Amino acid sequence: MSTTTPAASAAPAGSTPDPSRSSATTQPARRRRRGKVGRERINWPVTVLLLVGALAVLVPLFVTVNMSLKTTEQAVDGNAFGLPDPLTFSSFVEAWNLTNFPRGFAISIFITTIAVIGEIVISALAAYAIVRNWDHRLFRWSFFYLLAAMFIPFPVVALPQIQLTGMLGLDNPLGVAILHIAFALAFNTLLFTAFLRTIPLELEESMRMDGAGTWQVFWKLILPLLGPMCATVGIFAFIASWNDFMMPSLIISDPTLQTIPVLQNMFQTQFSNSYNVAFASYLMAMAPAIIVYLFAQRWVMSGLTQGAIK
Amino acid sequence: MSTTTPSRTTDTDGAGRPRSPIVHHKRRIDPLYYLFLFPSLALFSLAVTLPAVLGFGYSFTNSIGFGDWEFIGVRNYIAMFRDQGILGSYTFTLGFSLITVILVNVIAFALALGLTSRIRFTAVLRTIYVIPMVISGIVIAFVFQYLFANTVPGIGQSIGSDALSTSILADPDWAWLSIVIVTAWQSIPGTMLIYIAGLVTIPGEVYEAGSIDGATGWQSIRHITLPLVSGFIVINTILGFKNYLNAYDIIVGLTDGGPGVATRSVAMSIFRGFEGGDYAYQMANAMVFFLISIALALLQLRITRGRTVI
Repeated sequence: MSTTTPAASAAPAGSTPDPSRSSATTQPARRRRRGKVGRERINWPVTVLLLVGALAVLVPLFVTVNMSLKTTEQAVDGNAFGLPDPLTFSSFVEAWNLTNFPRGFAISIFITTIAVIGEIVISALAAYAIVRNWDHRLFRWSFFYLLAAMFIPFPVVALPQIQLTGMLGLDNPLGVAILHIAFALAFNTLLFTAFLRTIPLELEESMRMDGAGTWQVFWKLILPLLGPMCATVGIFAFIASWNDFMMPSLIISDPTLQTIPVLQNMFQTQFSNSYNVAFASYLMAMAPAIIVYLFAQRWVMSGLTQGAIK
Repeated sequence: MSTTTPSRTTDTDGAGRPRSPIVHHKRRIDPLYYLFLFPSLALFSLAVTLPAVLGFGYSFTNSIGFGDWEFIGVRNYIAMFRDQGILGSYTFTLGFSLITVILVNVIAFALALGLTSRIRFTAVLRTIYVIPMVISGIVIAFVFQYLFANTVPGIGQSIGSDALSTSILADPDWAWLSIVIVTAWQSIPGTMLIYIAGLVTIPGEVYEAGSIDGATGWQSIRHITLPLVSGFIVINTILGFKNYLNAYDIIVGLTDGGPGVATRSVAMSIFRGFEGGDYAYQMANAMVFFLISIALALLQLRITRGRTVI
C-alpha cells in the first residue's frame, strides 16, 4: 500500500513548478517500481540490514514501554531490558495524577488546535492576497517581509518576546499558540503561494461572473483547492506545536498551565527515582502523536515530503 | 452578502484582471485583500519584528531586564568576544551542527537508497523509520538520558569495557556525542523522506543505461544518483543547519548544558539572559547569533549554487 505512496506524493509535489518535466520523469519511475516486484530479485542483504537498523528506532520505544510496566522497586535496578516482573499498570495511574495529565493534555490540545487552524487560515489568506495582487508593490514587499522570518530563529528574539508577552498578558498557552503561528508564517506562506501560482485564474473568474465576491471565492474555491497544502501545513503545525518545549517553557509563566512536554521535566527534578512513573508519563506524552501518525501516515509522509520539496 | 458592495468590487476585478498586465498600476484592488494580508503582517510585526528591533536597541544598553538602564555603546559586544563561556557555546554549537549535518545526511541517504531498492517489508520499514520524527525532542531525550546514564554503563561493565562503564553524559569530552546521537535519531526521518522523494524522480532508464555501460552498484550511486539528487542534498543541508544551530530541547533533556558548560548551546546561553542580570548582554549575543545564522545560510547557498551548476 504505502510502497507507492512516496512515489505518488512526489509526483504532484515535483510537478507543480514544472508540470511537463515531472510527468515525464515520474511515470517511468512509477512503472519501474511496480515492475520490480515481479521481475527482479528481492535484495535480501539490504532488507536484513534495514530490519536490523530499525532496531535503533524500536529499542528506545521498547525501553519506554518496558520500563513503564515495572514496579518502582524493579525499575531502579537500571536494567532497561529486563522484562517487567510483576507486570503492573499502576505507574500510569501515578503519572496521570502527578502530572495532572488531563489538564496538561487539554492545554496541549488547546495550543495545537489554535496553531493548526491559525496557521492554515492566516497563511492561506495572506498567500491568496499576495498571489492575486503580485503586481502591486505593497503585496510584493509584504511577501519578502514575511519571508525574512525564515532567517530569524526564536532564540534571537526570545528575551524581548518574553517581556512583550508578559506586558500584553499573553504569557499563557494562547500566547504560545500565537507565537507558533507567527514563527511558521514564512514557511507556510511560501508553501501556499507556490501552490496558488499553479491554480488557473479561469476557475475563479467564472465564479466571480456568477456574482461571488472575494470573500466567497476564498472560502468556497481557493481554500478547498488548497486542500493538499492545508494538510501539509496542518501536519507540520501539529507535530511542531504538540512537541514543542522551547516556547511553552519560556513563555508560559504559570506552571499549572504548562504543556505535556514541559511537564515531563518534573521527573528530572522532583521524582527522579520513580523511573517507572517517569517512563509511563513519557509514553503518554509520545502516544498521541504516534497514534495520529500511524492512522494518518499516508498523509503525513506525502505531506512532509511535499513540504520539504517546496 | 453579494448584494451591494461586493458586487461592485467584483465588477472591477472581473473587468480589470484580463487587462491587468497592461494597466496594472491603475487596477483597483479589492479592499478585502488588504484585510486578508493584515493578520499576517500584524502578527509577524508583533511577534518577530518588534522584539527583534527592541533586542537590537537593548543590546547597546546595560539593562538587566527591568528598571533603569543607560546606553553603553558597543561595550556588550566587546565583552562578548572576550567571554570564554560565550565563545565556548559558539564552538560547541557550530561543531555540533556540522557533525550532525554530515552524520544525518549520510545515514538518511543510505536509508533512502535502501528503502527505495528491491526489498521486502517496505511499508512496515518505512512506517518504523519515520516514527522518531513525530516524537517530542525533550521526551525522547529523557529516554536516552536514562539509557546513557544507566543502561549503557551497565552493559559496559558486564563486557569489561572501561570506556563504556561510565556515563557519557558525565564526560566533558564526549557528552556532545550523546547530543549528536539523539538529534540524529530524531532528524534522520525527515531528511530521509526528502531523499526518498528525490530518488523516486530518477527514471529507471538512467540506471539501465548505466548498467549497459558496465556501471557497478557503487559507480551508479556515485555518478548517477548523487548528481541527480544534489538539489535535495542542498535542501537537507540548509534545513539541517537551520535546526541544529537552534539546538535546545534535546540538550536540556540530556545534559542541560553540562557537565559544567561543555554542551551549552548558543540558544541556551541566550535564554540565561534572565538569570544573573545578563539581559542586555545576552541580547548582544542574540544579535551576533542572528548575523552568524544569516551568514551561514548565505554561504551555503553560495557554495551549493556553484555545485549544482557543475
